[in-house]
Amino acid sequence: MIVDLKKFIGRERPTWEELDEMLKRVENQAVTYLSLDEIQRLHYLYERTGAGLMKISTFAAEPNLVRYLESLLTRAYAEMQDVPSRTDTWSPRRWLFRTFPQTFRKHFRFFLAALTLTVLGGLFGGGAVAFDPDAKAAIVPFPHLLENPSERVREEENKPNQMLATARGRFSAALMTNNTQVSILALALGVTWGIGTLILLFYNGVILGAVLFDYVRAGQSVFLMGWLLPHGVVEIPAILIAGQAGLLLGQALIGWNSKESVNQRLRSVAGSLVTLISGAALLLVWAGLVEAFLSQYHEPIVPYQFKIVFGLIELATLLTFLVFAGRDGGPVGTRSRASGRARSC
Amino acid sequence: MRTNKLIIRTPEGICLAQQLAGPVTRFLAVAIDLAGICVISGLLAQILLLTAIVNPDLALAARTVCYFIVTVGYSIILEWFWRGQTLGKRVLKIRVVDAEGLRLRPAQIVIRNLLRLVDLLPAFYAVGGICSTLSPKFQRLGDFAANTVVIYAVPEKIPDLELLFSGTLNSLRSYSHLAAQLRKSISPGEARLALEAVVRRDGLEANSRLELFRQLADHLHPMAPFPEESLAGLTDEQYVRNIVDLIYRPIVP
Repeated sequence: MIVDLKKFIGRERPTWEELDEMLKRVENQAVTYLSLDEIQRLHYLYERTGAGLMKISTFAAEPNLVRYLESLLTRAYAEMQDVPSRTDTWSPRRWLFRTFPQTFRKHFRFFLAALTLTVLGGLFGGGAVAFDPDAKAAIVPFPHLLENPSERVREEENKPNQMLATARGRFSAALMTNNTQVSILALALGVTWGIGTLILLFYNGVILGAVLFDYVRAGQSVFLMGWLLPHGVVEIPAILIAGQAGLLLGQALIGWNSKESVNQRLRSVAGSLVTLISGAALLLVWAGLVEAFLSQYHEPIVPYQFKIVFGLIELATLLTFLVFAGRDGGPVGTRSRASGRARSC
Repeated sequence: MRTNKLIIRTPEGICLAQQLAGPVTRFLAVAIDLAGICVISGLLAQILLLTAIVNPDLALAARTVCYFIVTVGYSIILEWFWRGQTLGKRVLKIRVVDAEGLRLRPAQIVIRNLLRLVDLLPAFYAVGGICSTLSPKFQRLGDFAANTVVIYAVPEKIPDLELLFSGTLNSLRSYSHLAAQLRKSISPGEARLALEAVVRRDGLEANSRLELFRQLADHLHPMAPFPEESLAGLTDEQYVRNIVDLIYRPIVP
């Protein structure tokens, strides 16, 4: 049997047009509200168009028409399988005070892994400088950290950085963007089964350990705390959270103790990855501002005690936020998708 | 197995095929997007320069932040608002979609664009290009992690088949009994082949086009022996077109 294409199109056109209109309406809505009748109608139109496609594919494969119907049905399929994921609106407040801390806690073991690795890197860096002071030049990539700590402290205290006074905004912006880029890299390297993230975190730890040991050995612990604590207590956890996201991505790819397919695992962690990296970016904005406007000012302009106390208050606030925020609300939304139903090949 | 199609089998048994965009097309789209990013950043820099009169430090800080936001956010924002398309993808008529045919989620868009940082390594999209070339679905690492693919976007309007047949006088139509015999004897596969040849004829190289329609005409002739006078002056292509017209439009109003 060969289909009379003209008659077929004439008969089915209203169905396709109605489905197209309905899809446009649904696609343009951030939140989908369809009545039961509308859902039933959508399903009917989808099934009828599907039957039409099967008929035309079998008996009259006019390529443009087949492509049109496939495109229409793909859109309809996406909407019909995905409606539950858009039943609520996104709220910045809810995201910040509930979703972000809950996601952090949900995947805490990856944060712990990132922290452990950084600490190990720190011990290695500190140990390397302890045994061989010349190793500092090979480990630390920042020229201003290579000079003698005592000399640097003397310079900073006696001759405040005049350039910084007129370029605080620029400096702050450069810090924010650079640190955010490093965070994105820590997440993105998770695609190497987490190996790239592990190396990045360890290397960060090595640098940090080498610098810390160098300043402590030189008897500049107070300066070090006054310099690093105000921004470091936010910046370092932010990088660790980005590392947490990278390790989560790596685990989703490896799939230890998981019976799900790699696609299902990646799908289930996608929301968490975005939440963690967004949270890290937000923390880095704060850290950038603090570093440019407070950390770089030393005694006698800003007393070290003030900077240290400020840093400790920040740390306590951040810990309280990450540990306790969102505990009273419901769990992080695990938006189910009917991914198991479809089979792509 | 490597294929240039994304095939989605729905629970209803419908098989939906979408043509995947290859690495070269995607690279060209990226080149257009890079130009777009340069233009937007340049414009923003000029606008922010005006604020330098008031506070040069703030103007430079704002420029640094804006450049970063544009670089990272360009693709994320456009793909979200244009349902999987950026400027480059629009120009080249390609689109990002979910690899399993589901709705593209914001998280997927963010992940595939953040992982671009790795795909860019060590330079000129080397990692992304190699992965995309080797991947069965032309996915770069970002696509793989976000579970997305890039397909050719299909024009969303019903094709007008009237244009295929209109303006042609079908000299075979007066032999209704032979037309009926043809419709009875031709298989759906043969009919589809003839129809596709007519639809795609403009895309064929001249010699291939002549050869294809000669072979088709030779194949179709025995199915319905139309009198010689009705075929006089008809080229092989016109003959096949008239046959397709008879098959797919049995009744002309």
